[in-house]
Amino acid sequence: MLRVLLLTLFVVTIAHTELCKPDAQNAFKVRLSIKTALGDNAYVWDANEEYLFKAVVAFAMRRYSSKSTTQISNVLLCNVTDRVSFWFVVTDSSENVTTVPGSEVEAAIRMNRNRINNAFLLSDKTLQFLKITSTLSPPVEPSTPVWLIVFGVVLCLIVAGILFLIVAGIRQRKKKNKESTERENLEDKGEVTVTVENGIPCETLDLKAGHINGVFAADDERFTSL
Amino acid sequence: LSMRPEIHKEDGRPKWDNKFQYILSCIGFAVGLGNVWRFPYLCQIHGGGAFLIPYFIALLFEGIPLLHLELALGQCLRKGSIGVWNTISPYLGGVGIGSWTVSVLVSLYYNTVLTWVMWYFINSFQEPLPWSICPLNENRTGLNEECYESTAVNYFWYRKTLNITPDVTESGTLQWWLILCLATCWAIVYLCTIRGIETTGKAIYVTAIFPYLVLTIFLIQGLTLPGATEGLAYLFTPNLNTLKNPRVWLDAATQIFFSLSLAFGGLIAFSSYNPPKNDCEKDAVTVAIVNSVTSLYASIPVFSVLGFKATTAYWDCLDRNIISIINEFDLPEESIMRQNYTAWVNLLNSSYPEKIAGLRLKSCDLQEFLDQSVSGTGLAFIVFTQAIILMPGSQAWAILFFIMLFTLGLSSMFGNIEGVFTPLLELRVLSNSTPKELLSGVICLVCFLLALCFTLGSGSYWIDIFDSYAGSVPLLVIAFFEVIGVAYIYKIKRFSKDVEWMTGRKLNLYWHITWRFISPLLLLIVFMAFVTLQIQKPPSYAAWNPKYEGFPMKEEKVYPPWVQAICVLLAVLPCVCVPLTALFHLIKQKCRSKDPSFVPPEVFSSQGANS
Repeated sequence: MLRVLLLTLFVVTIAHTELCKPDAQNAFKVRLSIKTALGDNAYVWDANEEYLFKAVVAFAMRRYSSKSTTQISNVLLCNVTDRVSFWFVVTDSSENVTTVPGSEVEAAIRMNRNRINNAFLLSDKTLQFLKITSTLSPPVEPSTPVWLIVFGVVLCLIVAGILFLIVAGIRQRKKKNKESTERENLEDKGEVTVTVENGIPCETLDLKAGHINGVFAADDERFTSL
Repeated sequence: LSMRPEIHKEDGRPKWDNKFQYILSCIGFAVGLGNVWRFPYLCQIHGGGAFLIPYFIALLFEGIPLLHLELALGQCLRKGSIGVWNTISPYLGGVGIGSWTVSVLVSLYYNTVLTWVMWYFINSFQEPLPWSICPLNENRTGLNEECYESTAVNYFWYRKTLNITPDVTESGTLQWWLILCLATCWAIVYLCTIRGIETTGKAIYVTAIFPYLVLTIFLIQGLTLPGATEGLAYLFTPNLNTLKNPRVWLDAATQIFFSLSLAFGGLIAFSSYNPPKNDCEKDAVTVAIVNSVTSLYASIPVFSVLGFKATTAYWDCLDRNIISIINEFDLPEESIMRQNYTAWVNLLNSSYPEKIAGLRLKSCDLQEFLDQSVSGTGLAFIVFTQAIILMPGSQAWAILFFIMLFTLGLSSMFGNIEGVFTPLLELRVLSNSTPKELLSGVICLVCFLLALCFTLGSGSYWIDIFDSYAGSVPLLVIAFFEVIGVAYIYKIKRFSKDVEWMTGRKLNLYWHITWRFISPLLLLIVFMAFVTLQIQKPPSYAAWNPKYEGFPMKEEKVYPPWVQAICVLLAVLPCVCVPLTALFHLIKQKCRSKDPSFVPPEVFSSQGANS
């Protein structure tokens, strides 16, 4: 009896070492970066965490193939390093000597990646399954691009400002016209004496001799002699 | 005295509300985007603190004299650029026309740069910032290829903003989002310049002061960032050897010149609205010094942020190497830190050289990251935006930064538009009854329609062309003729009496010497050197071509002949106005003198015909 037990154990151990080793068929390498993800709240990777990992992978396999035959003991871990990284395989429940095809394991992990990540408080980047790429999430696009809204606000403000200034200018001009007609009436009575032509008071213009360019006034000593 | 005081009593010319508005307008015009993105770059590549030596020499002998000249001219003759030069001599009217043409050309492309700033501004209200992530490709299997090969920031700038074509000859299509932003920018310019200085005078309080506030905020933030001191040390460490290179002196002279916005006609327009008895000498010195101090002040936050970015990139590089080593050797996390990285690498290299070689670790050198210097649009839209993503609260920093750039550029646009608006107003292009609002509206509308060609796919290449050719050589030529015109045709003696009348004290010997000899000579040397350097190699440009083998490096291409012809046209057109106008008047004079019934009016003649 004891001999049979020892023999089974021996076979299982051999099988274990045969099935789970680096670069074995259908084996996957896992790498965790716990300290990067959690900083001071990082937990230590020990046998309990390994147990959790086996449980989660078994759960993923069950959910994927929906036959409740995968047991925690079917998930074999090996070569755990300080990094923390290790290899794992999933064996067939019926015979403990062959491994589940890699594609199935991959699909199962992919389907349940979110649950696996959350069990360890990690993300796709900090819990890496080296041969399994993660699908990218589609970008979040709001129904109206945000920039269009901001643009609309800015444009409305500017147009409002322009219209306000134009209307104010027209009103000011009307007031000035009314004032200048009043002034003309007063001028006829000889009360206001400033006459304006082209915005320049007439006194500054020598109306007889035309417009003298003040820069070059007839100050003879200004002109340079030849 | 050549000016009669009574002439200026009530000529109905608009005037500044107060002196501060005028000074602020001049400062706003001078302080522009170049102070933020060109001066720090020049400082960095030309030996840091040592660059300040040629910069201040150029300021002393070229910047301040020319600035004083323009301000005094406008204040004395009280007209826009075209009117002023027509007054000095009809033969020199071309100088004014040249100034006006340059102002038009520069207004066109300058506002398009503001369009880009506005586009980034309105995109800064999103979380996450659109230039921080790459979009997915069509079948959602990976990131967009162009974005993945370059960076997300590059992709947003070249593809999402410019939608740039790989070649300047391929025009591409009009980008509708840029057209919307362009319309907005021109609407803002119209809003602010609608009644000339009445409205810009009010707007300038905001647009000239706000950038200083934001620069101060960025200064405080920048200095607290890690790696800021490296950036600043890199910027200001003087390397006196660079002074032996004549290129440094040329860059200093051109930087001072373009930074003060001389020869645009805008400064003449601004000072023409002054009361005649105003101390233009003090104004000129004030504006020039404030401009230079602003350049220095702006370079501190810029380089703090660049130092931060370089340090972050260096740390990223180290971290990536550390991760690959840790993963390869299955070492525990945090066993290799940045500090002991080199020690570990050496240790591992001695024991497992093949493994280390197989990892293909990148060499991380902080100096190399600091050396990646960029100026111009690259600094603002690529480098700075990348740095902003790394800061906490990036949206707020992005919004602040782009508002600052916008107000900096807007206050310079006021000067440009004033340089276009004032001469047209004086030439009485439209009849007297039409309001000013209509003239400014027409200017803004025409400029907007012309600037639509910069919203094409190849628009940014064309803006580079305009910037290099229309906004450089013609200004030197016009400034040269300005100084010669005032010093030798109007004559310094007469001008110094005018300035004495305006400022109330005798003109310093410094001004006499610089206006008569030093400035014209310096301008001539700068012009010759500039043209020589341009001719030495065929004009080329760097194109963004995703299909290029060396992508994401830019592809060096040469301009085709028809584009080169346009470059020459842009450079020559404003300059050729000067001789053409002189020729035109000469011919008119000859025709008139042949006409027997003609009675010569009292026209100013510099040869003293009335003596």
